Amino acid sequence: MNDVLNALFVLILTLNLFALGNGRILSVIRIVAAQGVLLGILPLLMHEHLTFPEVLSSAAAISLKGIVIPGIMAKALRDAQMKREVEPLVGLLPSTIIGALVTALAFLVFSRVDPASRSDASLIIPTSITTVLAGFILLTTRFKALSQVLGYLVLENGIYIFSLLLVEAIPLVVEMGILLDLLVSVFIVSIITNHINRAFSSLDTRRLASLKE
Amino acid sequence: MTDIVVHLALLLVFPPLLLGVINKTKARWAGRVGAPFFQPYYDILKLLRKGMVLSTTTTWVFRAAPIITLSSVLAAGVLVPFGNSPAPVAFTGDFLLFAYLFGLARFFTTSAALDTGSAFEGMGAAREVTFAALTEPAMFFAFLVLAKLSGSLSLGGMLHSGGASAYPAGSVAPLVLTVLGLFIVLLAENSRIPVDDPATHLELTMIHEVMVLDHSGPLFGIIEYSSALKLFVMGSVLLGVATPWFSWNGWLDWPVFISGMLGLAVVVGTIESIMARLRMPRVPSLLIAAILLCGSAFVMLVR
Repeated sequence: MNDVLNALFVLILTLNLFALGNGRILSVIRIVAAQGVLLGILPLLMHEHLTFPEVLSSAAAISLKGIVIPGIMAKALRDAQMKREVEPLVGLLPSTIIGALVTALAFLVFSRVDPASRSDASLIIPTSITTVLAGFILLTTRFKALSQVLGYLVLENGIYIFSLLLVEAIPLVVEMGILLDLLVSVFIVSIITNHINRAFSSLDTRRLASLKE
Repeated sequence: MTDIVVHLALLLVFPPLLLGVINKTKARWAGRVGAPFFQPYYDILKLLRKGMVLSTTTTWVFRAAPIITLSSVLAAGVLVPFGNSPAPVAFTGDFLLFAYLFGLARFFTTSAALDTGSAFEGMGAAREVTFAALTEPAMFFAFLVLAKLSGSLSLGGMLHSGGASAYPAGSVAPLVLTVLGLFIVLLAENSRIPVDDPATHLELTMIHEVMVLDHSGPLFGIIEYSSALKLFVMGSVLLGVATPWFSWNGWLDWPVFISGMLGLAVVVGTIESIMARLRMPRVPSLLIAAILLCGSAFVMLVR
């Protein structure tokens, strides 16, 4: 079980790097969706004994993060008729390398932090920190609104991994509430994206900086 | 003794079948029937019976290169354990020899390409060495990970052949990373699709095919055979890393190993069918990703 968990964490880390290194927004949407599905599987493996509500919340998380949210974003992308992030602030390859350095750093620094509650999860803290930082890099260095939403989703994934440390303690209601918030925010941003696109005929958020009379 | 005989027989006979399986998989994905599984054997035999055209500008390097490539790849194949039985030749540090036998093969292939004096082939040689410079660190990080995990400096020990115990607990995470990285290295080194297209002669895209453009007849047959051999040898290393758990005894190992290799060929063929070749400037990113994967596996181990 521990081995499967560790393999999943490593796959999540790899997906981070590929999300940072990919210029096509549709591919990044797919990568983030895959990461969401992996995250939904994690709590199933970590619980000692499964109860019905836990399976239900996991299924809800998988279907939301793996199907619904990517579907909404893919539709927004199709409406905007745009394929790739043209010129990010930091190039694709440099941001991948920064992501890998961050991964290495997180592993060096946070391996000292011992998750006292669980012995089987030495990778949780470094993985979550790395995922949060990868999301942060995506958020800050990309200019297209949809890429920034993807960064936000990756960041949220990282926080979700951190919350797995408390997997026995977080009530179901809280998890469902977070998922609902996420869905609503992605929904709203997709609508906003559509409006930005219609008003400026571009999704570049830099254009939103200047006021117009 | 029988193990050594089977090892050598597999090494000599089996590789072109891998190419056949890859081509068949691609054909099936495209909805075609495809060439028979044994087509690469027929192709190589046909080439060996043909005459040869040698450019007057070429020297002995051009003629020696395919033979040196073939012999160094064969030597590398002797160092690798296939499946669970030990390699015929094993000594401490043989992974260095393994890596640089491929380096020697590459040096002579590129030299032969430059020897023709064609700008076209020079371009291919430049690309080949550029990408090789990026796959080599990934490969060595992978070997470092395996050496650290197994505590052995020989390929046999690293890949746990000969009934050695399995990897220590908690090693799955770095192993997954290493397998991913090594798979990218395998695709790049054997000029498979995300990096190079083995089927096309379009000058914008090709790396390996352009270098061997002037070779013909038996020399070209040898080149084809040794590239199949290279795929087989590197595939067996990857298989050894990816399946550390299979440890049956006796003759059952060989069918398991062979079906594993065929499975790998199907995976490669599937990737070739569902992916487009990367643009040339994007290839280094993929290879750097391989370095990063193997490198972070190492960081995870030594932290």
